Amino acid sequence: MPRLKTQVNRSSHLFLPLSVLAILIIINLIKGADYFKITIVNGAFYGNIPNILFGASELVILSIGMTLVTAASRGQDISIGESGAISSAIFVQYVLRSGNVTLGTILVGFLISCVAGMIIGAFNGTLVSFFNVQPMVATLILFLGGRSIAFIIDGKVSPILANEISNRIGTVIPGVPIHTPIILTAVFIAVVAVVLKTTNLRLYVEAVGINPNAARLNGINPKKVIFLTFLIMGICAAVAGFIAVNKAGRHDSVNLLKFIMMDAILAVALGGNSLAGGKFSITGSVIGAYTIEVLNRTLLRLEVNPEAIKVFKAVFIIVLMIIAAPEVRVFAKRVLDKVKRPSRTTPYARQVD
Amino acid sequence: MKRLPLLLAVILVLSLGTLAAAQDLIKVGIVNLPPEESGYRQANVEDMDAVFSRENGYDAKQTNTADNSEQIAAARGYIRDGVDFLLISAANASGWDDVLESAKRAGVRVILFDRAIDTDPSNYEAALLSDMYYEGQLATDWILANVPEPINVVLIRGQLGSAAEIGRSAPLLEAAEAGKLNIVADGTGGDTWSLEEARKVVEAAIAAGKDFNVIYAQNDGMAQGAVQALEAAGISHGKDGKVKIIGFDFNRFALRNVQAGYWDADVQCNPRQASQIDQWIKSGNIPKGIIYQEELILDTNTITDEHIEKYGINADPGKGVITR
Amino acid sequence: MQSEIILKMEGICKSFPGVRALHNVDFTLRKGEIHALMGENGAGKSTLIKILTGVYQRDAGKIDLEGRPVHPRSPQDAQNMGIGTVFQEIALCPNLTVAENIFIGRSRDNFVHWKKMNAKAAEILDSLGIPASPTQELASCSIAVQQMIAIARAVDMDCKILILDEPTSSLDEDEVQKLFALMRQLKDRGVGIIFITHFIDQVYEISDRITVLRNGELIGEYETSALPQIELISKMMGKALSDVSAMKKQELRKSDDSVPVFEAVNLSSAAGVKPFDFTIHKGEVNGFAGLLGSGRSESVRAIFAADKVTSGEVKVNGKRVKIKSPLNAMKQGIGYLPEDRKGDGIIDELSVRDNLILALQVMKGFFRPLSRKQAEEFAEEFIEKLDIKTPSTSTPIKSLSGGNQQKVVLARWLLTHPNYLILDEPTRGIDVGTKVEIQKLVLALAEAGMSLTFISSEIDEMLRVCSRLIVMKDREIVGELSGLNLSEQDVMHMIAQGGQS
Repeated sequence: MPRLKTQVNRSSHLFLPLSVLAILIIINLIKGADYFKITIVNGAFYGNIPNILFGASELVILSIGMTLVTAASRGQDISIGESGAISSAIFVQYVLRSGNVTLGTILVGFLISCVAGMIIGAFNGTLVSFFNVQPMVATLILFLGGRSIAFIIDGKVSPILANEISNRIGTVIPGVPIHTPIILTAVFIAVVAVVLKTTNLRLYVEAVGINPNAARLNGINPKKVIFLTFLIMGICAAVAGFIAVNKAGRHDSVNLLKFIMMDAILAVALGGNSLAGGKFSITGSVIGAYTIEVLNRTLLRLEVNPEAIKVFKAVFIIVLMIIAAPEVRVFAKRVLDKVKRPSRTTPYARQVD
Repeated sequence: MKRLPLLLAVILVLSLGTLAAAQDLIKVGIVNLPPEESGYRQANVEDMDAVFSRENGYDAKQTNTADNSEQIAAARGYIRDGVDFLLISAANASGWDDVLESAKRAGVRVILFDRAIDTDPSNYEAALLSDMYYEGQLATDWILANVPEPINVVLIRGQLGSAAEIGRSAPLLEAAEAGKLNIVADGTGGDTWSLEEARKVVEAAIAAGKDFNVIYAQNDGMAQGAVQALEAAGISHGKDGKVKIIGFDFNRFALRNVQAGYWDADVQCNPRQASQIDQWIKSGNIPKGIIYQEELILDTNTITDEHIEKYGINADPGKGVITR
Repeated sequence: MQSEIILKMEGICKSFPGVRALHNVDFTLRKGEIHALMGENGAGKSTLIKILTGVYQRDAGKIDLEGRPVHPRSPQDAQNMGIGTVFQEIALCPNLTVAENIFIGRSRDNFVHWKKMNAKAAEILDSLGIPASPTQELASCSIAVQQMIAIARAVDMDCKILILDEPTSSLDEDEVQKLFALMRQLKDRGVGIIFITHFIDQVYEISDRITVLRNGELIGEYETSALPQIELISKMMGKALSDVSAMKKQELRKSDDSVPVFEAVNLSSAAGVKPFDFTIHKGEVNGFAGLLGSGRSESVRAIFAADKVTSGEVKVNGKRVKIKSPLNAMKQGIGYLPEDRKGDGIIDELSVRDNLILALQVMKGFFRPLSRKQAEEFAEEFIEKLDIKTPSTSTPIKSLSGGNQQKVVLARWLLTHPNYLILDEPTRGIDVGTKVEIQKLVLALAEAGMSLTFISSEIDEMLRVCSRLIVMKDREIVGELSGLNLSEQDVMHMIAQGGQS
């Protein structure tokens, strides 16, 4: 049962993503010692680390939402890429129709797309919490149909977002050395941290994910909590869509955030979270998301044959998970102990965690 | 039910007879993929609707679905309706034998467009296809003619295993094999044609210290992602730059980028087979077998507004507007 | 009636780490007999059944099946010997057909002969008078018919002994009668039936003999007709009355003109408790008494709106209020410690601290979280007050012992300062020391003005803390007892009489 797994992981849930990340960085350092080198190009930081932070923005934001949905509903939302495509299509339409583009236009457009994201989240959340549809089945509807909706909103073309503000959101703001998507992601993480600090979201979500019956008898409405996590997921999708479309400068309903749910679910798992719900670690998922970004880039760096890259990714993940698995850790500790034992005079008790 | 084919044949003969006499509309059934599949398909679907119109002398219906069995069912429906011509762009290359044979029995003339079907050539009249290999050849030839030696290419493949990826990769790989150019990095969008993936491929090549002067991106979105990576790294590109950029598909935004010298060249993948087919039908002179479409390659020197207007697909950002 | 013995279990002993589940228990089953196995929770009924069906292996004793000694190693093994079991939870596949359910996992062939199977199933259904068609999907049958099909499945393989574990708990009166008809038919065929239920009346309606277990020991075997209900109940509960004077029970303070803290009229819930009236006054400790399954838990759950409330009017401190959800009840100053600690009480993976502050936190609201410091203080306070043994406030509650888990749940409610606290089996499965502590705490809280409802399977415990007992039987209130000199005898009388009225 997954419960057992979480029990082992719980006390050190960051061990898994951090050790996987460390292994990947070592591989990269072997390939090139200047892995951490950062230079300044056109007034902004440039190098592997900025590239990773830039490239992972959407994934990080989506994996936060996925963590909450997983924890409360004990299932996954597979329509996040499509939700992002729809809400960003609405953002683009608003901007294109408002003529002169100012920062205000962009902000209003962004808020409208967040509302759209919440509506999508409410749709999925209603199916899951009030109609008891399994999350993957409920979100399959938009996974299949979402891109057609985005395409229609786009006016059946791939609209261009060629204004200067969008360009700056997608790249850099002159005078600021960090790429804007990195800053937006950091802001988003900070907002999530504040929300977790100032509300009972964590307690409610964990209680519902672990034991909905007990949660209900303590006055929590599990249906509402699950619904809420889908609403938050909708906002995450809208923010990710906003970043993605400003990065691209163009709304491509076919390819925008395509198949990103795979990496988002993987990030949640890699973050030491149980996919069967319950206790969660957003920090773990965020590190997990950056780790996956590093993994994807490592495969390119190793110049794996394009035809074999998917197989390599799968093998890599399996091997890394095994290396980082608690069972292997315990085993490694035991071996280490045996090696060290002679130097110790008193036997000592050792616990797994 | 057994009499149905006979009945259909009778109706067909009658309608053909009246057609000649009274300038009746030509009945056409079009089985196509859904427009949301891609910008290419959107242009293709619109073109079909525009050309096979009532004003043009046609009574045409179009079915758009990505499901092969739904496509086959639609084709059967058109045959039952007694269309004169059946135009098909199949979702899946196999499984069409039965329906094509029944079309033949019913006297419906079949023309395939854009996508080939694995079947006996006698089962259709003509197939008007995009030759992906030819498109790759145009791009490769352009590189060999316009880029000074040594030519070092970053190849960015689209969705692996797709006809476009295989066709557009082949000529470049052959040229590399023949020692005419070097492929210094070979990446892919995996399951997608995603801009983000293309960007990462180029970022990885830069991080690995690769020296390259050509980006061969197998669609316009991927070329866009590649250019974003160059911009961020401060590497010059385009007309006066170090790295030459080549994209595919003739998206209007891509053509504007070429026109502005931000990119270097773009290769057409013509989605507009309708007027050619229209011409065949009207002239009564339908060729036999597979016919490949002529495609264009445009670079900063040859491109004109007229090209963009006429051959481009998707939204036009406007003259002088660069899509980064 | 035949009296040929088919099953003889002698001197059965079984221990689990720290618990003696069965000690020297005998059980005899005759051919064509319906034999009720009775006892309160923890009496050892299910252990005995599990030994008979091969789920557990006995530590000592012998089992003779038709005169031959047997050692069932697994449920499959027991089934092959002719011991069929039907559990309370129907273990069938709802999306398969009736015939498939009867034969599934039975055939050794890789191929199924559908026609043959359906024909055979039709024959079985017909012979047992079960109103179902072989090709019907199981889910489309009523619960009672599903139950019967489970029996048909068990009976099909030359079953000599049929064990029915709480088969009637989810059936209505009509359905129970249909099931009984089937049981009688099997009895006529010579099948020996072991019947386990909490419904006393059903035992008297259908069984020939009764075996009573208590605390893992055999109390005796009786002819049903020769054992009055009152005696059965007293045997199940145990007569050994402990010294009540050890604890001082508060005087009943109910004065007729004082406004009750809580009052319900005609209250009922979707869980199937019959509409009842209920009142509790300030500083009063009362309790719902009755056997397990009598509806005592369902009653308090209805008060807290833990199950969907279907009728009734509720007043808190004389004011009419609507209590439609646990949160409504909590806002009215009502707390509820549920019977099933694991399933409904603790959030097992969360820390002691989070579990402790949960109810208070929810009452404060989503946007007003307690500070970490405050939560820590509350946790420390109650860990000390209730002497909760835990390594730290951050320890997951699941790693605590049952008694300490229960104290955390109790502390959770005390932290909300309820006016009225419901404790359903707060002492079940916890050590004796903690039991007494909780009893003392209940009295102390009442002394301080809190009203409490206290439910326990141990009647002597209820007598010790409650000044008024509402007696339930078969999901209905059958009477009320109060006064300082209540005895177990009085309660048993009332339960027994209640059914006969």
